[in-house]
Parts: sequence; C-alpha cells; structure tokens
Amino acid sequence: MTKSINSLIEESKLLKTVARNWAFCFLLSFIILFSFTGKGFLSIVNFQNIIHLSVIAVLMATAETFVIISGGIDLSIGFVMGLSSVTAGKIIQIMFNSGNYSPAVSILTGAVIALALSLFPGLLSGIMIAKYKVPPFIATLGMWGITNGIALKICKGFPVAMLPDNLTEIGNGYTLYLKSGKGISFFGLPDGVGNDQIRSYLRLIPNSFIFLLIILVVLWHLLKNTKFGQHTYAIGGNEDAAVRSGIDVQKHIIKIYVLSSFIAGIAGVFNVFQTGIGNFTTFGAMYELFAVAAVVIGGASLMGGKGRIFASVTGVFLIAVLENGLLISGVEPFYRFIAVGLLLILAIVIDKLFPDLF
Amino acid sequence: MSYLIETKNITKRFGGLVAVDKMSFGVKEGEVVAVLGDNGAGKSTLIKMISGVYTADGGSVFYNGSEAIIHTPMDALAMGIETIYQDLALAENLNVYSNIFLGREKTKKKFGIFPVLDHEFMYDESTKILNKLDVKIPSLKNNVRTLSGGQRQAVAISRSIYWNAKVLIMDEPTAALGVAQQKQVLDLVNSLKDHGIAIILISHQMRDVFAVADRIIVMRRGMKVGDLIKKETSTEEVVNLIVGSEMVS
Repeated sequence: MTKSINSLIEESKLLKTVARNWAFCFLLSFIILFSFTGKGFLSIVNFQNIIHLSVIAVLMATAETFVIISGGIDLSIGFVMGLSSVTAGKIIQIMFNSGNYSPAVSILTGAVIALALSLFPGLLSGIMIAKYKVPPFIATLGMWGITNGIALKICKGFPVAMLPDNLTEIGNGYTLYLKSGKGISFFGLPDGVGNDQIRSYLRLIPNSFIFLLIILVVLWHLLKNTKFGQHTYAIGGNEDAAVRSGIDVQKHIIKIYVLSSFIAGIAGVFNVFQTGIGNFTTFGAMYELFAVAAVVIGGASLMGGKGRIFASVTGVFLIAVLENGLLISGVEPFYRFIAVGLLLILAIVIDKLFPDLF
Repeated sequence: MSYLIETKNITKRFGGLVAVDKMSFGVKEGEVVAVLGDNGAGKSTLIKMISGVYTADGGSVFYNGSEAIIHTPMDALAMGIETIYQDLALAENLNVYSNIFLGREKTKKKFGIFPVLDHEFMYDESTKILNKLDVKIPSLKNNVRTLSGGQRQAVAISRSIYWNAKVLIMDEPTAALGVAQQKQVLDLVNSLKDHGIAIILISHQMRDVFAVADRIIVMRRGMKVGDLIKKETSTEEVVNLIVGSEMVS
C-alpha cells in the first residue's frame, strides 16, 4: 500500500510539497481547529505570546538541528542555557549592586562573559566526540551533569535576582506601541505614560520576535548556503566519504558542538533579559528532549544527514500551539504530553514510510 | 617511459600483523595495472597508503620520479592521486553536483563579503564533465540515493576526473553492478586510459581484469608474488599465483 502512496506522491508536485511539509500543514490545521474550540486563541496577543514564550525552545531546536544533521545529539543544551543564565545574572548582579558600574555596562559585561563561557561545554564535548570517539550521547550527558553542577554552584540553588529593571524592558518589550488617537511609539511607552496604562496600548511585534528572526536567518544561511552547512550534511550522510573528500571532519564536529553550545548560551542570556533574573535549569525542564522532539517532528533523522532550520522551528511551534490551544480549549494539561508523544511517533513513522521525501 | 606513481619497499603493520610487506610496484601514464589477490592479501592496505588514508611504516612512494610525502587524503588529492573506493564515498543525502564538489565546494561572495555556495557554477561544471565522459544521469539535482549503482560509479569517476586525477585508484569498481553497468564502467576505464591517466585497479573479477588491464600484479599475504604483462599470461597462471599453488606443484 505504501508503495502506491509513494508513487502517487512522486507524481504530483502538490502532494509532494504537502507531504514534505506535513508538520507545517499540521500546524495550520491545529491553528484552525483551536480557533473554533478555544476562546481568545485566534488573536494577535495570543500569537505574540506563543512566539515570545517559544524563543528559548526555538533556539534550543536550532542548536539541536545542526548536531542532529551531523549524526550526533547534544543533551547538554538545557543546562548550558542555565549555566549561561546564572553566569550572566551573577555578573550583572555583582557589578550593578557594587554601584560602580552603570546598568548598561553591567548588562553588557555579563552577557558577553556568559556567551564566551558557553563556548566551553561544546568545545569539551566536541573534543571528546571527535578526537576520542566518545559517543555523543555519553559525552554530552557528561556535560549535562557538569554544566548543571557548576550553574547550581554559582547561584547556590537560588535564582539570581536584584538585577536592573531595564533588563525586562528589552526582553519583554515590543517594537511598536499603538493607541488610537495618541499615535505610535517605538521600543517603549511614550514619555510620561506609566506602566499602569500599558494595557491600554496595542503592543505589536515583540522585541524577542525580531531578535529570534535575526538569529534564525543567520543560522539558516549558515546551514543552507555555506560550506559549513554543506559539510554538516555530508558528515551526517556519510562520515567516511566526508573524511576521504578532504573535509577536516574532527574539526568540523568540534565546531558543530561549539555552535550548539553557543546557541544555548544565547538562550541563557536571553532568558535573563526575558525574566529579569538569572535562572538555573530545573531537572524537569527537559529543554533538550523537547528540542530533539521538535527537530524530529520537523523531518530530521536521528541517523543524520537530514534536517532544515525552519522545519525544526515549525516543530517547535507545532508543540507550542498544541500546548497553548489545548490549554485555552480547557483540556486537562496532562493530555499535552500524550499529544507531543503521538506527534513524535507520527513523525518517525512518516519518515520511515517515505524516506525519499526529505 | 618511467613510472608516474611508484612504491618502493612500502610496508604497513597493524600490531604484530604485517599487512603489506616491502611492496614495490609502479604504474605509467595511460597504463592500467590490476592488483589481484585473495581476501586479506593486503590490496586495500596498499592503496590506502598511496591515497593517504594510512601512513606507511616503511618504504616510500614516488610520484613523477620524486619522493612524495603523503600523510592525509588531502596530500594525495593535491598531487592528483584520486581513489574510488568500493563504497564510492558518496554522500547519498546530497545531490550529484554537490558530491562532485564535496570537500572542494566552489563559493562566491555575496554582497562582496559573505562566502556562499555557488550552486550554478557547480551544476554547470558537473554537467560538462558528465557529458565529456558520456555519462547519462536524469538530473544533477537528484540525491545520489536515487541513482543506480552504475550511475553512482560514474559520478564517483567523474568527480575524480574533474579534479584532474593523474592517478586513479579503483577499488572493486564493478563488484556491485549488473552486467550492462559493468560494461559501462569498463568502457569508462578504457576511455580514461586514452586520456593518459594511470589507473590502479583492484578487483576480484578475473574477466574485468583481463578486459582492461595492461599489467597484473598479484599479492599474497602482503607480498608481491607476481608482476605479469597481460598479453603474456593466462587466467590459470594468475589464479595459481593468487592461491599460491605453484609452490605446491
């Protein structure tokens, strides 16, 4: 039966496009479905919320996309994010509260150091995987524990608070503030308007959305149009062939894990901007597993060689819309785990049935 | 005419096992030399030392009369020594032209700064080389996964020729192919010979070897036990050398 479906898909260009982008089609149908079942689901405010709350998950999934295409897996990204978040938080806290530094200088220093620090977990996992042939699962599982321990040590088990107020204005702000009759203002409420009146303004395009878009376009370009991306696919497709065609595979694998770790670091710093505190990652967060799920739902294969950035992003939003829609529709929250699980299984089945699609 | 590529007393050990033992042989331009031997005779190890996958423990490789330092596959490629392995070393998840340019992708500058892959250039160049070798492939934008065994072989050979192979090492080129495809590949080998390329052919197929080779080298237990001109030898003689029965008789 599958054979006939396969040939049917092969013949029709439209069907092929639909099948290739089934996750996106699912996303659209969920949006339509929840628009009927959930009051307030279909609104700019809700969609902006979904995007805003998905920023970290999207960053995690893009980080995981590179690793999975190369045939590996990175389990440490969730805790690398926590490490980056508490490091940035701690530095900002110390500098800001010392009174010697302006908020801007403190924030910038904290962010830069946290980002620089986030290169190391990836560097270490990468060296273990590329040079010492440690399986990626084990190498990054080791880093999973190490980064978590260091993060908890830095913050002593409590979120790092007492940071400048401007932080959340950046992370939670909007590009446009609109009020009919009162005009528009960019990046913040008009002067003289208090925060108590913020709800009377229509807020459009979260800063986080712009920020996310820039990062996604850069990473998409890196994967799609550069030698780096091409070699990532080649290594995932046939590592031996990559070695023999002269690609420095070891170096490339290290670069991939450094990149993945760095993106997790960006997520950590962004987390500080979004929440206004430095958060360690809790054990129950499972960022890495949801990232892997999103990437696989987006059509990547854990065997490597397959995957696209925006397909992984679709995977994230499919999960996010599902959770949000079920919640708004009044479904018990337990069902969301079942739904995500079913989606994941469906993705694998589709991948196995139609291997030539992607 | 002197040898284009030559090994002198080249040796490779894996622990206590001597895989290739003081092996010397050479290939001239436009010559096809077949290396024959039973499984484990050391054929693959021998060619891997020439192609840079293994580093020799002793002896040396000469290219064009001077000693060649080959430590990595890149060193060999830079000299024009290309290898086509049994598994072809193609990335099946990439398309035809990406495979031809794998590891040596052509880039162009976008906005004058960002280097991006130049797909058009790679596509056009790949089309040219495939046409030159008279290879038919449905679309160069198809993934290699969708191609037949003979087409894959042709892609691998085209890749080598495009990158100016002077020495082409082929490991069991016809092993996984149907009869018609085998003939295609052998025809391709003959035309490469006319282009003046030195070819080292590793094969089990006696028929193929006698169809295209000029000389036949027989290896047994890491050593060279025969260096024969094809026209002056016979299948029986070669088989006897491979299995070592001439010692018994």
